[in-house]
Amino acid sequence: MAYDVLIGPFTEFEFMRRALAAVIALALAGAPIGVFLMLRRMSLVGDAMAHAILPGAAVGFLLSGLNLFAMTAGGLIAGFAVAILAGVVARSTGLKEDASLATFYLASLALGVTIVSIKGTNIDLLHVLFGNILAMDDQTLLVVAFNATITLLVLAVIYRPLVIESVDPLFLRTVSRAGGPAHLAFLALVVINLVNGFQALGTLLAVGLMILPAGIARFWSRDLTAMICIAVVAAAVSGYAGLVLSFQTRVPSGPAIILVATVLYVVSVLFGRIGGIVRQLFPGRHLEA
Amino acid sequence: MAQLAFHNVTLGYDRHPAVHHLSGEVASGALVAVIGPNGAGKSTLLRGIVGILKPLDGSIHLGGLDSRDIAYLPQSAEIDRSFPISVFDFVSTGLWRGAGLFGGIGKAAREKILRSIASVGLSGFENRPIGTLSGGQMQRVLFARVLLQDASLIVLDEPFNAIDSKTTADLLALVKRWHGEGRTVLAALHDLEMVQNHFTETLVLARGPVAWGPTAEVLTPENLMVAMRMCEAFDDTAAACAADDISSRAA
Repeated sequence: MAYDVLIGPFTEFEFMRRALAAVIALALAGAPIGVFLMLRRMSLVGDAMAHAILPGAAVGFLLSGLNLFAMTAGGLIAGFAVAILAGVVARSTGLKEDASLATFYLASLALGVTIVSIKGTNIDLLHVLFGNILAMDDQTLLVVAFNATITLLVLAVIYRPLVIESVDPLFLRTVSRAGGPAHLAFLALVVINLVNGFQALGTLLAVGLMILPAGIARFWSRDLTAMICIAVVAAAVSGYAGLVLSFQTRVPSGPAIILVATVLYVVSVLFGRIGGIVRQLFPGRHLEA
Repeated sequence: MAQLAFHNVTLGYDRHPAVHHLSGEVASGALVAVIGPNGAGKSTLLRGIVGILKPLDGSIHLGGLDSRDIAYLPQSAEIDRSFPISVFDFVSTGLWRGAGLFGGIGKAAREKILRSIASVGLSGFENRPIGTLSGGQMQRVLFARVLLQDASLIVLDEPFNAIDSKTTADLLALVKRWHGEGRTVLAALHDLEMVQNHFTETLVLARGPVAWGPTAEVLTPENLMVAMRMCEAFDDTAAACAADDISSRAA
């Protein structure tokens, strides 16, 4: 019985296996990025970037139909353009990164909506907005896996400056010039993973599989490595459970994955070891020293 | 031999000078206190030395030092104390010059890190997240990192602000140890008694240099009065400065 519910769908249907592979790839790459987004107080930046990608994807779609390569390329170009412009403006003027990003992503979004409304159909737009992880073909799956691999490799390269820049940016500036490039590379990784996510979850929910696991991890550990591991596991578990939920009920797959992650998040907020609400309400008697 | 040479340096923000026409030299191995009221340009001068702020005019020569040979402890470090990083890992970033992006932290390096944590009196705190430290302990951690940077020029911006006397004494001993090792140390300070007792050379700054030389000669009531009278606010309508090489007292 339990086998039929939990494992059966994946042995029986190839599209479920593909979806599971995709969601695990997304978890491996997206969750670490989400942890850094959260620690750098850029959670909403991820959300803004997700909107910035939309026009690029729309242009790709209008030029070559529902071709995921074209949409990915368009999304990457739009995302990189917005991320880099915002980063450069923030670094060369006194404007804070969030303010400059808001300007650029709104401009990008307005441009995209204009393009879509001139030419394009609603059904295809729905696919872009909400994704469909159950309709993964080989090509798409390879793109997702490729992007995830690239993400982990680049993250390994920029890990040290990224951590130091997050803790003590002024210090990094005095000892090295790696801070700026590392930051831009990180923004690029955010974009890659958002594009990756929108194949599966759509532009609106793509950021969910990055930020929610990071939020969950924050409640269980004070150690960066542990947080990243917890976030990856939480994302993979959400992905798997979401797929099962979606298969057994009529909940669409993308929202199902994010809803499972939300449940995990709520449990973490309530019972988390670090700053969970229950823990705060019943802290136990104070210690001797 | 001069470690640091200022040639008619003006540093500031939005064209307004915060340090005005400073010229002079700091000898290699000197222990220099920079004093002056709030807004006198002490922090600005130190930021200019470490290269975070480009001079509006004039030039600063580092005597062949790379900017990475300078260890800088800012007044209010923009440190994200909530970031999940341990004291050990945080201090180890002081090894950046040797380790860089990929260099491993070997056994010898680990020993060095542990030793520098021990020298600031924080043995046993290695695995504590930096978010759980008190203000004084955090300052000790920052000193441990400076220690590890092994820099020939050390720049400290008001390192003993809001630090209790025990911690101050411990950290001051480190500063004197650096001086003994022949490193050049510049520190912005407010505690005149400390300057008098421990620092051989003093620069009294009030936007322009008021006096600079051996502490005993420079630390006079007259010089301090001049420094105190300096006006703090920028004049929004100030005209472009015409002075070229004179060392003006105040803007």
